[in-house]
Amino acid sequence: MADHAVTLDNVVAHYGRTQVLHGLNLSVGEGELVSLLGASGCGKTTTLRLLAGFIQPTSGAITVAGRDITDLPPHKRDAGIVFQNYALFPHLTVADNVGFGLKQRRVPVAEREARVKAMLARVGLADYADRLPAALSGGQRQRVALARALVIDPPLLMFDEPLSNLDAKLRIDMRVEIRELQRANRRTAIYVTHDQEEAFSISDRVAIMHAGRIVQLDTPEVLYTRPVNAFVARFVGFDNLLPMTVIARDGDAVTVETVGGTLLTLSLGMTGPLPDRFLVGARPEGLEIVSAGPETIPGKTHTRSYLGRAYQYKVDTALGVLTANAPLAHDHGQDSAVGLRLNFEHCCILPYEEN
Amino acid sequence: MNRRKLHPLMQLAGWLVMLFLIGPVVIVLGTSVSDTTYLAFPPKGLTLRWFENVFAQDSFLSTFAISMQVAAGGTLLALVLGLAAAYALARYRTTIPAWYGSVFFLPFFIPEIVFGFSLLKTLIVLFELPVMPSLILGHAILCLPYMVRVIGASLASFDFSIKEAAVSLGMHPVRAFWTIVLPNIRSGMIAGVVLAFITSLNDMAVALFLTGPGISTLPIEVFTYVEQFFDPTVSAVSVLLMAVTTIVMILIERSLGLSKTIK
Repeated sequence: MADHAVTLDNVVAHYGRTQVLHGLNLSVGEGELVSLLGASGCGKTTTLRLLAGFIQPTSGAITVAGRDITDLPPHKRDAGIVFQNYALFPHLTVADNVGFGLKQRRVPVAEREARVKAMLARVGLADYADRLPAALSGGQRQRVALARALVIDPPLLMFDEPLSNLDAKLRIDMRVEIRELQRANRRTAIYVTHDQEEAFSISDRVAIMHAGRIVQLDTPEVLYTRPVNAFVARFVGFDNLLPMTVIARDGDAVTVETVGGTLLTLSLGMTGPLPDRFLVGARPEGLEIVSAGPETIPGKTHTRSYLGRAYQYKVDTALGVLTANAPLAHDHGQDSAVGLRLNFEHCCILPYEEN
Repeated sequence: MNRRKLHPLMQLAGWLVMLFLIGPVVIVLGTSVSDTTYLAFPPKGLTLRWFENVFAQDSFLSTFAISMQVAAGGTLLALVLGLAAAYALARYRTTIPAWYGSVFFLPFFIPEIVFGFSLLKTLIVLFELPVMPSLILGHAILCLPYMVRVIGASLASFDFSIKEAAVSLGMHPVRAFWTIVLPNIRSGMIAGVVLAFITSLNDMAVALFLTGPGISTLPIEVFTYVEQFFDPTVSAVSVLLMAVTTIVMILIERSLGLSKTIK
């Protein structure tokens, strides 16, 4: 554990009587950026607030840089936090906002001013030192918040949905900027977001959280191609989950049956080893629309929407409504009988579970 | 601001409201300088002898001093209690039951006469408190709803993550309350103080029950005076009281810097 900058060891947390974290384990390496990704109420913000010391865990231990900080009050934790709504001090100038942490640490005035100036230059706000936060744009405020958190050289940087109040274009610019600053300063960072694209683009690893637990913690690449279960699969865009039962195995060829009695022959070379029951997670482009016939799942198209690069169809099948993309060249119209063929380049194999 | 032409009826309504608000003040001002032994408006003649009479009456001066002390003490106590209550209600609004906040508004709903009587029964009769502390305590409770309400309104728009930011940057939570929270809710605190001070200074009903031999407040004294004499001295007292209130408000505003907080 010694080489981990941050560890959470079996952390349990409650809000009143409601348990919000169920034994969370997380280790973040030195200089690594790990995102906590999940819908609201999954416990990601709670985890961040535990790390910041704003709430206390019911049980478990938290260490930062090898030191147990579980019982340390928040003002002694040296946390650099970037808040969702910036949380700038409205009555202080930009320079005083950025210098706030240094002042608390009794850094001599001359050094403080120099460090604030350097940090403001770094985030491109050198000319705004004497402004009040109210006179800044959203992106500029976000930069001040970032500078304020970075200037104290925190062992751990924390981001609480820092970009959710910015417009789409700025959000993309800012996340690149955050990533660059974090890497240039070699800061260990925890980044909370509900935006999958943001988490995947910025992080070394992403922890997908659900109902107070980390469901999967992996690099974005692994998460995107090899989700561990149906929840993560759905989260990363495997919109179709098809239950399969193996009925015959013959070397590389495996015959499976799906809902509605459709038989399909799969190649282990394409899918990897298969248990007797499993789910196929298929992205919309993993279901090819062909004419109905053997080795396809029969269905009927009903709603077509134009995606630009492809048409997306809702297809009624015995498995329910599936989502399939087809190239623009093949217009299958609406209400026509079609077959769906699995393309394992865009599918994954998941452990079986009831819907 | 560009001036738009108002409908004549709107203008009329505006003037009527102004008249309604300013009228009584003007009448009191007028009667206080009237050279008659009864209240006359418009004033007949011009004299300052009613003002002289106010300063000749020791009772007015001494009760005025008590009124000011009670108002100051009551307001200060209400400020401390109200700030603490409003802060807790705002900070823990997710965990505190909703009805809990309403408790602080109960003094609003109880008729002041009943409230004064119950204070007499508890503070003076039961706990045998002297008159002065009873008055201060009574007025503090009377003013508490204003404080909680007005400071609460300021806190409702206060972003508590600002305080968390200060704490995370190494400031002790208690210091963060003083240096981060208070400056940002100053306008609410000033409004609360002003309201409480005026409420205390104007109060009749509560003071009626709590004042005792030797100790009275100015409104009670004025009331007693009017029962015996009905000369313009009352008007003169009123004018002076208005002047003092205005001066106090200006001082509060200057010292706490109301204008700085209004953006």
